[in-house]
Amino acid sequence: MKWFRKPSSAPLWQDEFPVFTADERYVSRRQFTKFLTLTSFGMLVGNLWVLARSVFYRSPSHPRQLLAAADELAVGGVKLFTYPTAEDPCILVRTGDNYYAAYSQKCTHLSCAVYYAKEQNRLECPCHEGFFSIADGAVLQGPPQRALPRVALEMTDGQIMAVAMEGESA
Amino acid sequence: MNADPPQNRGLTAINSAMVLIVVLLIVQIWLLSATLESYLAGHREVAVPGAIISGILFAACLGLYLSVDRIDSEVRKG
Repeated sequence: MKWFRKPSSAPLWQDEFPVFTADERYVSRRQFTKFLTLTSFGMLVGNLWVLARSVFYRSPSHPRQLLAAADELAVGGVKLFTYPTAEDPCILVRTGDNYYAAYSQKCTHLSCAVYYAKEQNRLECPCHEGFFSIADGAVLQGPPQRALPRVALEMTDGQIMAVAMEGESA
Repeated sequence: MNADPPQNRGLTAINSAMVLIVVLLIVQIWLLSATLESYLAGHREVAVPGAIISGILFAACLGLYLSVDRIDSEVRKG
């Protein structure tokens, strides 16, 4: 057993904890390459996850749903509803005397609720200023990359019915 | 006659492989984001080619990593 410290120019703490920060933080090329390869594996796992979701995808059913009476909304009027499930908010807009449009209310960027801007005649997302065309839901401006899913409508005996979703996210 | 010592040549090879891996990785990241974006837009048919190409890119990265590992070991042995 050593009772006495060997003569050394280093301070006592350095003798007792001989770990150097520079050595600790040193990353060799081999380690860095391994890290990059593992990241590449992570990307592959991501693609395989998309593939698995695609293979096991089941399209949701779209029941017929009564939305409103044809004369319930004035031109430029809006009605909110949920379709096809209670967790899917949608917006119905009367754009003309005999024209109605309905879209999912979730912005395709980060799912904020879009609203109808009557003056500009477009759907707007207040979060990041994503604008969508009222005619077809296409992106007019902003960060969203995809059009809004459209609710297919049918007029039956003066009643506006939702019958399907078009361009729905998987 | 090549005057470059084996260590330097090994280092050049390793650096080149690393740069190539970085390039492949950037392509793979772009591929994943593009595939996911298309999938979310309802184009589910892109999932299969996306996964295949991503697999090929990963195989290339793995091959380059193994070659870096081998070159490194050889250079260290001298």
